Amino acid sequence: METLINFSYIIASILFIYGLKMLGSAETARRGNMISSIGMLIAVVVTLISKEIISYQWIIVGLITGALIGGFAARLVKMTSMPEMVALFNGFGGLASLLVGWAEYEKITQLGWMRYIVNLSGTPTFTSTVIFLAVLIGGITFTGSVYAYLKLAGKVSGKAKVFSGQKLVNIFLAAAILLSGLLFILSENPSGAYGYFLAFVILALLLGVFGVMPIGGGDMPVVIALLNSLSGLAAAAAGFVIVNNVLIVAGCLVGASGVILTFIMCKAMNRTLGNVLFSGFGATASSGEGSAFEGELKPISASDTYYLLEAANSVVFVPGYGMAVAQAQHTVKELATLLEENGAEVRFAIHPVAGRMPGHMNVLLAEADVSYDQLVEMDSINPSMPTVDVAVVIGANDVVNPAAARDAGSPIYGMPIINAHEARTAICLKRGKGAGFSGLENQLFLMPNTRMLYGDAKNSIQELVSEFKNS
Amino acid sequence: MTIILLVFIFVLAAFLGFELISKVPSQLHTPLMSGSNAISGITIVGAILATGASDNSTLNTILGTLAVTLATINVIGGYLVTDRMLAMFKKKEGAKK
Repeated sequence: METLINFSYIIASILFIYGLKMLGSAETARRGNMISSIGMLIAVVVTLISKEIISYQWIIVGLITGALIGGFAARLVKMTSMPEMVALFNGFGGLASLLVGWAEYEKITQLGWMRYIVNLSGTPTFTSTVIFLAVLIGGITFTGSVYAYLKLAGKVSGKAKVFSGQKLVNIFLAAAILLSGLLFILSENPSGAYGYFLAFVILALLLGVFGVMPIGGGDMPVVIALLNSLSGLAAAAAGFVIVNNVLIVAGCLVGASGVILTFIMCKAMNRTLGNVLFSGFGATASSGEGSAFEGELKPISASDTYYLLEAANSVVFVPGYGMAVAQAQHTVKELATLLEENGAEVRFAIHPVAGRMPGHMNVLLAEADVSYDQLVEMDSINPSMPTVDVAVVIGANDVVNPAAARDAGSPIYGMPIINAHEARTAICLKRGKGAGFSGLENQLFLMPNTRMLYGDAKNSIQELVSEFKNS
Repeated sequence: MTIILLVFIFVLAAFLGFELISKVPSQLHTPLMSGSNAISGITIVGAILATGASDNSTLNTILGTLAVTLATINVIGGYLVTDRMLAMFKKKEGAKK
């Protein structure tokens, strides 16, 4: 029986590996997701028939409750709310790993080391170390993800929050966690160490909150990817606790993929991970340093925009988080179709960190049925930008700010951008005056060939669509 | 010895993960993330084992049941959401042909 279970875990691991590999390519991605879910099903089913499981009632309660909540949430969530949904699911995974670590520790205090460890062939030091890691990583993942969820859902301000001594608080938290962890690990008497255990549970939960606090909205893709990685590592740590290979392999694969995504996102902003996590970017940079850039904001009406677009041979849309907020993707697609019927070449320029999670814009535009051929990555669109008649910037800000390319004093200096300012005309849709998420004045808005179309992005685009239809 | 073996598996899985995912087109970043997020719900196995043991205290049962619930939300929600997103990509591919 034991052999059959372990053998099935190997098959589950293979399915996860294949599934992840297939997720990496557009043709096979959906099948890959299916295959990895079959792996999960196998892992769960063989665990249920394991001889260690005596009572089923609470397991069934948990499975049914979880399946109902998860199923409904996944069906009902809007595509525009995807970043916060993913963050929340991620947080739940982290908390589950924390609780697994806790439940195992509870067992140890009940049974004592000698009886607990008999089946696991570990040592008390090793097992308590990995319990500590599972709880620590799981705890940070949980509160970090929930806080990121609240930021993304707009339930708390998405801006970076810094207060004086914040770094000190974080260093203190980290030191206190290490200290309580060390005391916990070195303690010979498991039930006597319960105080230390609870201490680092609480401290880890706090660290998650304080860690995400100073990170602003524009840096969210990095944080989401990093938290995703952590939830995998928490599962792997839980796997070390219960000596289970499938947890270790699957958790580690997720950890690795999250790390890769994190670095892709950092690279797209030309910043280091440390800079993203600790600089309080956006809160400290709002002093407007290096923004000695002259120019004025030139508003344009919807009907004038229509004339520009009507005459254009080549139009590029540059979507950003504002398009997600306004839920304008369907209207944008409608306008794009009208422009194409009018004989213009229409493309969408996608910046890797546009939006609030990796690939956010691709998901939204896919929902609106925009053809994949029309989505162009930053590096491919920039060389042809000077030949573009109109660039329509929809709620994007930092990713089109030319200050990143030429203003060495700017906090986003060095970040690769989409060169919307090189188009013959740039139309920027914006809800109102004022700086973007990072708090920076956008030099693009002040340039001579830029026109500002103020108002809700969806309404503005809708007006353009009706202009086309009425003409 | 077991510990060494476990660490060995962990390290190999890390390298395998890096190799598998190093080149992913940007349109798949979100599905990859939410798909791998669903996989991180594998902790459900640990949660089930923790809940179903014979000699559980009340606290243990509570912790375990909560863990099973949360991990199931992570797994079911993660896979379904990923599938929904990928279905949109698929539809588009079909329309192109």
